[in-house]
Amino acid sequence: MVSEIQDTEPRDAAHWAGPVSRLKVSDVPRGAVSLNVEGRQVVGPLQGFGQLWQKTYRLRLAGAEASPAAVVRYLKEKLPELMPDGSRFYPSVSGVKPGEVVLINATLPGIPGIIATGVMVLYSDDESFTLMCPEGHPEAGWNTFSAFVEDGTTVAQIQSLARANDPVFEFGFRFMGGSAQQERIWHHVLGGVAGHFDVPAGVEFHKTLVDRKLQWSQARNLWFNSAIRSLLNAPVRFLRRLRGAGSSG
Amino acid sequence: MSQAELTTSVRRVGDTLSIVDIQGEITSFSEAALTEAYSQASRGGVNTILLNFQGLEYMNSSGIGLLVTMLIRANRQKQKLAAYGLTEHYQQIFELTRLNEAIQIFASEAEALTALPQE
Repeated sequence: MVSEIQDTEPRDAAHWAGPVSRLKVSDVPRGAVSLNVEGRQVVGPLQGFGQLWQKTYRLRLAGAEASPAAVVRYLKEKLPELMPDGSRFYPSVSGVKPGEVVLINATLPGIPGIIATGVMVLYSDDESFTLMCPEGHPEAGWNTFSAFVEDGTTVAQIQSLARANDPVFEFGFRFMGGSAQQERIWHHVLGGVAGHFDVPAGVEFHKTLVDRKLQWSQARNLWFNSAIRSLLNAPVRFLRRLRGAGSSG
Repeated sequence: MSQAELTTSVRRVGDTLSIVDIQGEITSFSEAALTEAYSQASRGGVNTILLNFQGLEYMNSSGIGLLVTMLIRANRQKQKLAAYGLTEHYQQIFELTRLNEAIQIFASEAEALTALPQE
């Protein structure tokens, strides 16, 4: 008698990251600061402190002969270049593949210096990929980049489902312009996509407060706050650069 | 990618527990079907919703996001969400996304019904 249990691997199996207990940074791209990623757990929308927001940015590529796969391929290849100044993405040499770590060095309003953090590629297929945050990142959750056909037109979409990781970041998002800066970043990225595919850069934006409650039990996430840790590490990096400059030539 | 198909059906067990049987694919196109299933399952004083994933054939990261929003909605209504029928692959996805920390996972319907209150 044939067993009812399906033994074949599901179609989505290859698109998901494998099991991971703690992140490993396998290579550090030139120019990147690798901090606050190695050894961290990933955190989803249920693990952060702040209010949970779903933000959706959409760009209709009207008139462009671009398939969803072509749009996502472009996003995967060019995401670092599409990011605005002040927000640098450093994919590993393997690129946007499930399980890979992307380092991030960024600035946030009201916080001196750079914040070093990263994300993990949670999921990647031909028409979407999702980046999931680690402990200490400003957000707990994930960001999905995708493209699909709607009413005969290819639509590029960025959708985040995330909450501030700890009380300091929640304060920053709400009162220090962090939320507005984040929204500008994704508008900028889709603007770059529009430019590449030669369509008007009209980004539709919609946000929904999914959960207005603060998760006080997660306030302890402050221990991993990447802004604080980056700031504390800054003198070390500065001395290393001096030492490196002194030993060259 | 064509629009994925998801079908659901809802069964009531006792006074306070509903089972949502899921068949097909959970992707961003499943939002309406999942929302409707949740609404049906929640009617009449239900405080536990048990998701049956035995018929799940495919799920992408957008699909997991829909489960998160369903969970938040359930929590807001002081309802518990639980699950059974996940293959090893999908159990790993629940662990990877840390959904398993909020949704109790059982090996079978019988085990779930033994553990969960229905009255």
